[in-house]
Amino acid sequence: MIGLEHYLTVAAALFVIGIFGIFLNRKNVIVILMSIELMLLAVNINLVAFSAFLGDLVGQVFTLFVLTVAAAEAAIGLAILVCFFRNRGTIAVEDVSNMRG
Amino acid sequence: MIAQDLFTLLPEIVLALYAMAALMFGVWTGKDRTAPMLVWATSGIFIALALWIGLNGQGTTMAFGGMFIDDSFSRFAKITILVAAAAVLLMSQDYLAKIGILKFEYPVLVSLAAVGMMMMVSSGDLIALYMGLELQSLALYVIAAMHRDNTRSTEAGLKYFVLGALSSGLLLYGASLVYGYSGTTLFSGIIGAASEGDLSLGLLFGLVFVMAGLAFKVSAAPFHMWTPDVYEGSPTPVTAFFATAPKVAAMCLFARVVFDAFGNVVSDWQQIIAFLSVVSMFLGAIAAIGQTDIKRLMAYSSIAHMGYALMGLAAGTVEGVQSMLIYMAIYVTMNIGTFAFILCMERDGQSVTSISALNQFSSREPGKALALLILMFSLAGIPPLVGFFAKFGVLLAAVDAGLVWLAVAGVIASAIGAFYYLRIVYYMYFGEETEALEAKMPPVQYAFLMASAVIMLVGVAGFFGVEGSALAAAEALVN
Repeated sequence: MIGLEHYLTVAAALFVIGIFGIFLNRKNVIVILMSIELMLLAVNINLVAFSAFLGDLVGQVFTLFVLTVAAAEAAIGLAILVCFFRNRGTIAVEDVSNMRG
Repeated sequence: MIAQDLFTLLPEIVLALYAMAALMFGVWTGKDRTAPMLVWATSGIFIALALWIGLNGQGTTMAFGGMFIDDSFSRFAKITILVAAAAVLLMSQDYLAKIGILKFEYPVLVSLAAVGMMMMVSSGDLIALYMGLELQSLALYVIAAMHRDNTRSTEAGLKYFVLGALSSGLLLYGASLVYGYSGTTLFSGIIGAASEGDLSLGLLFGLVFVMAGLAFKVSAAPFHMWTPDVYEGSPTPVTAFFATAPKVAAMCLFARVVFDAFGNVVSDWQQIIAFLSVVSMFLGAIAAIGQTDIKRLMAYSSIAHMGYALMGLAAGTVEGVQSMLIYMAIYVTMNIGTFAFILCMERDGQSVTSISALNQFSSREPGKALALLILMFSLAGIPPLVGFFAKFGVLLAAVDAGLVWLAVAGVIASAIGAFYYLRIVYYMYFGEETEALEAKMPPVQYAFLMASAVIMLVGVAGFFGVEGSALAAAEALVN
């Protein structure tokens, strides 16, 4: 029997993978965008699982909002990344370092 | 009922419709030629809405089943946000035109960010909170990278985006836990589930994640790492905007969440906020010492100031919230004046932001140097300027709430922090003679610099009545 805690565990694991993806990744900014998406999807699993468990629809409504915002966020992130690539000719994480201190 | 709900939201609806209409107008007419006009129109709308909210609003109104709250707290925050945004917009015009990025999207994006901020301070539900926060953040990511051909600006946008999205993710994960363990997204429902003594582990985790996400948005240490880079890289008017309105909105949202949703478990969040506060104050004070770029210095200064504002919040009392609101209003006023000056620092037609450029500035421009001196003293919290009373208020609230150690830490951090503000003054009056800094000021910026300096002197007598409305706002929030 798959219960609420199984869903929460999966979501927590995905969320942690997403956070680690942002901080440990040394290669490419696109991977960071994917990690952000992973975090938001982990949250969605959480919300839907809670919604089903509680028998309350609000969680699923929340999920739809999160999906919409995630799409907008990815669009803006990619647009900024394209501008950055035009200026620097690279999207490697270690090159995002003009300013330090 | 729907008509009544919509009526409560009318200022936000008007501003959102205006933003869309302005976008259409800009696209179908002269593109960037319409930008100066749109900047003035947007500032006009902001001021008009601030007046409308200030004169019309009374009592507490809930809309959409408690998802949207219009009370004196949200009205105080909205007026501060709108006035600050209008002031920054008016200051930005000359600078943006000079470096060739006065685009018509700028006022439109600022209006959308303002709608988001107004939603944030009025939110009474986790979904409303998230939507307001994202509307604000998405608009801010874009304006940080607005100088598209500039490496630093796009880098600032990218960094802001990545760390902002991370913080939204943390906040959202917390929100999902809070929803799951309280069974509702409404703050009025959560406060019933989160009662003193038996806060469930899930709710506690949710609270911590939500607070981490919000600490990112107010740039409180240890979640501050985006601030210096974003402040330095963004075009200066955008930096001025980041340092004012969004900070007020995020701080008020912070207060809204901890009091409206978790007001019964003050002792649980008090220690977290006290920790954020003390770390921010010391980090802001110490890390700023070695800075040579004035925008970066202002970033650390804003981290330290957020620490003081959080101290008011940590008190968890009416006086604490009142002093926090007064602190934010004064902080915004000081920052508008300071950035009005920073916007005009140039040499041979090129903007400079290094602090050493200020050497011997007073011998050439005694009036402006004096105004900046007053602002720096006020930022440092030196009596008898208004900035001192702002700090005094939060310290007093912390002592009254029994957080004596926090108040003592605040005084020490303030003494350390005074060093770098005074260093700017030192350069201006006693620095070595170097190549002259031109500070030809357009009248708008000159007016903002002088007005803000005069407020720091004159405002000591009664703060222009801000105290009373802040008290009403705090009372509406806390009980």
